[in-house]
Amino acid sequence: MLKKLREDRPFQGTVLILPTLVFMVGLLIIPLLLTLVVSFGTRSPDGGVIYGFSLNNYLRLLGYSTNCPGGQPACFDPLYLQILWRSLTLAFNTTVLVILMAYPLAYFIARSPAKRRNMFLFLVLVPLWTNFVIRVYAWMMLLRTQGVINGVLGYFAGLLGIPFAPLEMLYTPGAVLVGMVYEFLPFMILPIYTSLEKIENALYEAAADLGANPFRTFLRVTLPLSMPGVVAGTILVFIPVMGTFIVSDLLGGRQVILVGNLIQNQFLTARDPTFGSAASLILMIMTLIVTYFYSRKFGFGEEIVAA
Amino acid sequence: MASIAVEMRDVVKTFQTPEGTHLNAVDHVSLKIDDGEFFSLLGSSGCGKTTSLRMIAGFEWPTSGELFIHGKPMGHTPPYQRPVNTVFQNYALFQHMSIFENVAFGLEMEKRPKFDIQDRVARALEMVQLTGLDRRRPRQLSGGQQQRVALARALVKVPDVLLLDEPLGALDLKLRKEMQLELKALQQKVGITFVYVTHDQEEALTMSDRIAVMSKGKVMQLGTPVEIYERPNCRFVADFIGESNFFEGKITATAGDQATVFVPALNAEVIGLLTGNLVNGQQATVSIRPEKIRISSEPVLNTNCFKGVVTQTTYIGADTHVYLDVYGMRIKVWDMNKISTLDPRAHYTVGETVCVTLFPENTLVMATN
Repeated sequence: MLKKLREDRPFQGTVLILPTLVFMVGLLIIPLLLTLVVSFGTRSPDGGVIYGFSLNNYLRLLGYSTNCPGGQPACFDPLYLQILWRSLTLAFNTTVLVILMAYPLAYFIARSPAKRRNMFLFLVLVPLWTNFVIRVYAWMMLLRTQGVINGVLGYFAGLLGIPFAPLEMLYTPGAVLVGMVYEFLPFMILPIYTSLEKIENALYEAAADLGANPFRTFLRVTLPLSMPGVVAGTILVFIPVMGTFIVSDLLGGRQVILVGNLIQNQFLTARDPTFGSAASLILMIMTLIVTYFYSRKFGFGEEIVAA
Repeated sequence: MASIAVEMRDVVKTFQTPEGTHLNAVDHVSLKIDDGEFFSLLGSSGCGKTTSLRMIAGFEWPTSGELFIHGKPMGHTPPYQRPVNTVFQNYALFQHMSIFENVAFGLEMEKRPKFDIQDRVARALEMVQLTGLDRRRPRQLSGGQQQRVALARALVKVPDVLLLDEPLGALDLKLRKEMQLELKALQQKVGITFVYVTHDQEEALTMSDRIAVMSKGKVMQLGTPVEIYERPNCRFVADFIGESNFFEGKITATAGDQATVFVPALNAEVIGLLTGNLVNGQQATVSIRPEKIRISSEPVLNTNCFKGVVTQTTYIGADTHVYLDVYGMRIKVWDMNKISTLDPRAHYTVGETVCVTLFPENTLVMATN
């Protein structure tokens, strides 16, 4: 489409992308370059940046430490690698769980009568009307030791005469996982729904006609044709989960530190923008690597984007 | 000795309309389709032909009545357990699979060994002249080629009955004509029963052994193409298949298969062949095809002859279409140009008075609907 425009009227294409271009260069490319420069600097005693070319921040992230027990000059401290690994596995687990929950729901919506589909989609989107942070706070209310879930469980235990000790749910990795899944579920449902909804009914009939029972129809026709939606959803979920810090901050407390928390902490509490910048770039690189290999295998969900 | 491939026994299919009322898309249809027959369901959209086909395939279940395939009642047997295969209207090919995989799909569902699948797919693709395209994707093929893939995909299963839902509807006219002949030849070669749904009367006449003409969920007439065209049993069928001139009247006498009808518009009696179960005194429609009317300067018969004035002539090569005014009624006559049209005798001039003869053996007396 853009190509055609360019052929017809040479300037129109440029004019169309100009606002976005200015926005992206000014607020994304330039800040990114600044981050890169800062990450090679060193922290000044008052929390500023001394520019230079030092790899210390990156070495620190990879486990190089000068703060060693026994007065050694250097040693290996896996603290930051653990944080990176934790973020990666959490993002992976969240994505898998979200797919498992979103797919059946998207399938159900896509196969409902057209009249009801819009209502269901509306219901999927309703939670997004409430502020992100407020929704996470709501989970705190539910999961707290004195919270709603423990209250209900305790009530029924009391009725049945079973001794009940409140479950410690808040500030655990599980709580963070639940919060993430909850927050990102709609972003998986919508693309999967879009790809499922596009599958013509005649294709299901053709599969049945050729002898495929419903289960085999699903495996051979439905699933492959909806993969673009799963891929698009995965990208929409995996990348933000890698970077968020609010969910882990509120539901994980000190127990679940993710890269996002580390970066936030470096900029706002430890006042080391150089180390924070290095961590930001490492996060970006990690995300890019994972997305690259993933999309090389499955594509980018182009068909969804094109739809 | 032909056995029955498909039988519909008093089948009704009721749908709920958006307004909440009920509609019989198929209304007490009973018919038998012989083994090895090319059988067409012909009608305009909404006549129930596709719904009938979908019930045979198993995508819909009859509201009442029963459907048999080779004598076995189908009940609620799902499509994947029926010995039939379908060629869908818009082909319904699997876009995520290659042509080979599309055709192999049905055989894989039968869990056939790999070498057998490869062999059968190759032969099926050869049969529809698509050899060498097995690695392409459906999107990379033309409409006609996709059509053939759909055909191969269904035929490779060697079904008892092949169901075709307007399979040529999306093709252009020339290709459609070619495919009609090809399909017919293919059907004779493989000997499988074809049930063919179409709204194109010419297509049905060209290909079918027998045709069921449907309207509003009912079968109006069931017969061979010749029967349907030459002996339509009611005005609807005569009007739907080909063109015809109609006169409304009342039967005044019957003798054997002949009937005399008084037509008020002509203020005369017309003698014709009875094609329905009509009796003396009943309202009836007199129908005669435009190519069967004789125009002459002098009367040819004592009866069934009327004076008409030429109002319009259209030369279309093989025929000249002559429109006549007969007592205020517009009659169309297809006059075959047996002699060169440049010959002055071949011309009818507008305003000329001629004799119009309706030969009784070509004039049909049928139900009015």
